[in-house]
Amino acid sequence: MSKDDFILKADGIHKSYRMGVAKVRVLKGVDLAVKKGEFVAIVGASGSGKSTLLHILGALDKPNKGVVKFEGRDLSRHSGSELNRFRNKMVGFVFQFYHLLDELSVLENVFLPVMVGKSVVGWFACRRWAKSRARGLLGQLGLSERAKHKPYQLSGGERQRVAIGRALMNEPRLLLADEPTGNLDSETGNGILEILEELNRLGQTIVMVTHDESIAQRAGRIVTLVDGKIEHKSIRA
Amino acid sequence: MYKIVLAFRYFLKRRITHFAVLAVALCVFIVVVVMTVMTGLVGDFKQKNHDFVGDCVVGTESLVGFAYYEEFVNILEEQKDFVEGVSPVIKSYALINRKGSERNEGLEIMGIEPLRHSRVTGFGKTLNYHKGDVSKTFEPAYDPNLLGCVLGVDVGRRLGNVMSPVRDADGEYFYESSPTPAGYSISCFPLTSRGALSKAGAGLVSTKTFYYSDTSRSGLARVDFSLVYLPFEWAQRLCGMDGSVKRASAVHIKFKPNVKLQAGCEKVASLWQKFKQRKAGERQAYLLDTVTVQNWKDYRRSSIAPMEKEQTVMAVMFAFVGITTVFIVLVVFYMIISHKSKDIGILKSIGVSNAGIMELFSGFAFLVGLLGSCVGLLGGWVFLLKINRIEDWLFEHFRFQLWDRTIFAIGDIPNQVNLKVLGVIVLSAIVACLVGALLPSLQAASSTPVDTLQVNQL
Repeated sequence: MSKDDFILKADGIHKSYRMGVAKVRVLKGVDLAVKKGEFVAIVGASGSGKSTLLHILGALDKPNKGVVKFEGRDLSRHSGSELNRFRNKMVGFVFQFYHLLDELSVLENVFLPVMVGKSVVGWFACRRWAKSRARGLLGQLGLSERAKHKPYQLSGGERQRVAIGRALMNEPRLLLADEPTGNLDSETGNGILEILEELNRLGQTIVMVTHDESIAQRAGRIVTLVDGKIEHKSIRA
Repeated sequence: MYKIVLAFRYFLKRRITHFAVLAVALCVFIVVVVMTVMTGLVGDFKQKNHDFVGDCVVGTESLVGFAYYEEFVNILEEQKDFVEGVSPVIKSYALINRKGSERNEGLEIMGIEPLRHSRVTGFGKTLNYHKGDVSKTFEPAYDPNLLGCVLGVDVGRRLGNVMSPVRDADGEYFYESSPTPAGYSISCFPLTSRGALSKAGAGLVSTKTFYYSDTSRSGLARVDFSLVYLPFEWAQRLCGMDGSVKRASAVHIKFKPNVKLQAGCEKVASLWQKFKQRKAGERQAYLLDTVTVQNWKDYRRSSIAPMEKEQTVMAVMFAFVGITTVFIVLVVFYMIISHKSKDIGILKSIGVSNAGIMELFSGFAFLVGLLGSCVGLLGGWVFLLKINRIEDWLFEHFRFQLWDRTIFAIGDIPNQVNLKVLGVIVLSAIVACLVGALLPSLQAASSTPVDTLQVNQL
């Protein structure tokens, strides 16, 4: 396997937080490599540091020590504007609590990343394409009828599908999902996992964080995080 | 583009925003109304002083006056390029007694040539009976052969003349159709050029009886309450300034319309310096040392300054209103942004920069400031348009007046809005909102996405 096959590589990631006078070491030297087109599940108990790791991988947070490379480029060497561009174009986030903007409609929430990535003139030049792509994504996610609704008018599962649509809007190379089913009932959660599986089948690289082993089983590879370290790796047969 | 869209959505959807808009609108309303009224009052007061004085005054505060004024008047009248008119004036104090009354009042007298003085100042327009023919100002209608005097509009009452014009609660004066005959005995202490009593040992005072021919309403309370205009020659004689070298107290000057005040005054000052040097060896040249050349603003500084000070105090007070607005907006934005911390995290997670967050909330603050100031401006404008009718109504129903017209020399409440002032107020309101939103916006921009998304599961 050549090193170019890895879309994401984390080496010796350390992260600690201050909690009052105490210093809590969350990650204690995590190594992780994700290949293009892979579906990786990071499993661990609550407090094991899996969400922290996901945020570091997506450049939402910075490690105290260690290197994260995306397509061979060290993220710590990115400038502020390059990191913003990275978050806008290269990765898509799906959060446990959906995190949609209540002031925007479902359709607007989905095409928001395109709007963020463009200037006023740029947006006017591509807005038809963006709206059309957003409608297409909503169609694929079974939300065509909900385009004009506001997020608070949707069910939990529908909101998470909107969040997935938003994450996919800029065709990111990496999809990061933080407990995407954690706030949903099992049936709805299963629907979301099916969507993620389908996306992966179409070539989308996905890193998902979950505390639920059964959900992790749906991924191609499972990484177990225990006490801030990768303890166990398994590959689905 | 997302900044514009989100700023508008936050602006429209957040109810707390409406309170911020209301706070800004109220502040703008108050400032517009009070500043317009104050600016109007000060402007009106300045204009009345300008009308009373003319553009420039060459004169002395000394009761002795200064000599050779006629020559200087001639020099000024030759300056056709910038001088419109010149009027020599005698100013002094006198004891005045209305004939048939025991009452004596110490008043100011001003000796003028009415036609000349009207060309230089607004004197002609202040008269009641001689507006159309100023040359006959000192000819009482009831007997043109008598020597007339013009009383400040409130002087007659002060001297106990019940037939004098009376001011009603609306600030209007009611005049008789023609001046009622009344004689006033005016006594002055004539002074020599050295300031000594010129009639020492011969009764000391010069007294002459003048007859009421007209009233002058300058709109300046002190002038209307204490000034009596007399024919120039007679005032000069009463004050002892009619010796072999005649003297005057001041020369009032009006410049041509295209001449700037400062430039005109500088030219007059230069002429005066040359004149003074030329007269240096003359017998009464020492009197010229006390003479100053002043523009009307400096000449009336003692009257205008308190009013301007009041305006400055008001401006400072309203600066505090502005600061209050900043704090209101700051508090409102802190509340809004603390509610929106999740949105900030979401936006950052999809690539919005810190500057983008700042711009988004600044745009939001701009909308609050713009709408608030527009609402306040419109409300203030409408209120100002109706302010006199409102005051009339209040007076009619509750006998309430903002300014008691029997005391204050104003008519209508000034309500002419100054577009420049309005522009400054709107701009200040918007800046206040931006300043108020700055700190919360900065805080929002500097927050990390992980913190704002409140991801607490490690």
